[in-house]
Amino acid sequence: MLPLADTNFAEATWIMVAKSVVIFAVIFGILPLLTVLERKLIGRFQHRYGPNRVGPYGLMQPLADVGKLISKESFKPENAVSTLFVLGPLLPVLAGVLSLAIIPWGDVQNGVGFYGIDVPIGILYFFAVGSIAFYGLLLGGWSSGSKYSLLGAMRSAAQLISYEVSMGLALLGVIMMSGSLSLVSIVHSQGELWYILPQFVGFLIFMLAGFAETNRTPFDMPEADAELVQGFMTEYGGMRFGSFLLVEYMEILVVSGIAAAMFLGGWMGPGPSFLDPIWMLAKMLALVFIFIWVRATLPRLRYDQLMSLGWKVLLPLATLNVLVTAVLVVVT
Amino acid sequence: MSFDSKSASYLDSIDVVEVQRGPEPGGLGGAYRAFGETLRGLKTTMARLVEGPMTIEYPEEKTPVYPRFRGRHKLHKFEDTGLEKCVGCSLCAAACPADCIRVVAAENVPGDRVSAGERYAAVYEINLSRCIFCGYCEIACPFDAITMGHDYEMADYDRRDLIFTKEMLLAEPAERTPLRSEGE
Repeated sequence: MLPLADTNFAEATWIMVAKSVVIFAVIFGILPLLTVLERKLIGRFQHRYGPNRVGPYGLMQPLADVGKLISKESFKPENAVSTLFVLGPLLPVLAGVLSLAIIPWGDVQNGVGFYGIDVPIGILYFFAVGSIAFYGLLLGGWSSGSKYSLLGAMRSAAQLISYEVSMGLALLGVIMMSGSLSLVSIVHSQGELWYILPQFVGFLIFMLAGFAETNRTPFDMPEADAELVQGFMTEYGGMRFGSFLLVEYMEILVVSGIAAAMFLGGWMGPGPSFLDPIWMLAKMLALVFIFIWVRATLPRLRYDQLMSLGWKVLLPLATLNVLVTAVLVVVT
Repeated sequence: MSFDSKSASYLDSIDVVEVQRGPEPGGLGGAYRAFGETLRGLKTTMARLVEGPMTIEYPEEKTPVYPRFRGRHKLHKFEDTGLEKCVGCSLCAAACPADCIRVVAAENVPGDRVSAGERYAAVYEINLSRCIFCGYCEIACPFDAITMGHDYEMADYDRRDLIFTKEMLLAEPAERTPLRSEGE
């Protein structure tokens, strides 16, 4: 049994501040590139180039997009509830940034932990903070005063609730095997064997639920551009709309980060220890690639199929996985 | 429609092709098949990624046209004498279904010949905003004075700029269009 996160380990305040600034800067540097990566990859999947006009290799595309979004009028529908309407896009951004704090980029080196903070309740923190993001979607959709937004918000609520359970259960197997909730301890316990091998079912369920949690195809029912004209985002424009998009990519990064730490051995990799964050980033990007690959392949599920997949397939499978793991952990 | 013995025998007499039905959806088999099909889909998209883009980036790259491609018209001169081939007969204008050619003929003066025939085209205009590039003018011309070129980049900001005069049609066009080579 590994201990919980070391509660006696404390860092100087200025180190904490510096770390948060670095994490914030790096992630917000990666996010725009991620949007280009997605568009270029989707293009390649469809025999196209994707954006390649703005800047070298189209890398300046997000700058142009953000410039466009910022210069737009941030209007508000007449029958929208003002405060909640403004709060809508802010909550998910807050939740996304908060979840980034626990993603481990490396071990403690020279008295500095290569992570935002090693929370003893690690994965519970991820679920707790992640749930705040749903309030953003729900309040945003509800306060817009439009039926498309409301329908989109209702769909989000139903979908997120049904997949959150499977997601939690999928991670429970890993938690039982490592005996810790702290992400840093979980990565440490994967020294010999990455948990993707013994917990492959859990990994699959987590990724599937991850697609649903991040509103990605094939589970992008809340957005459903074709039927619901972006669902809960219908009435949003300008940078408020932009921040919803930003959050989508941030959530993809967070889910990839959690999956990389829980199943793919986190920062573990050959080479000197200062390469640890690179390894972690590489694993995360590999998972992001899977997200994009799946989006390029699968069409959107029907609503009833989505529900029956969540409740009738993933939930029993995850429960079974937990049961088997529990028995094996006790026996061995 | 009644299903008496007569119609039943008719059905028996023709070749009835049984409807092909897929396996029953749902259940464990359905889940297994859905999983397999998902993987097949992922394989398909990955193969497209490996193949690479097929885009021809138009303003920079151009698809070569075939030799008989009907682009913007050209008027021709005799290479040896430098006289215009067009004799102003207006057969092209008569053949034009879009009515976009205007020819006004004039008599050749002996000391100052413009064309090889008795008359020449004093005015020869093609309104390219009306032209449908059918090539009938080319076929109608008895002296091969007008042919369809390969140029297709004729967009402009003003309709008036699309009325091409004789001088513009006689001028050697800037060869902007690549030509397909033999067997390509």
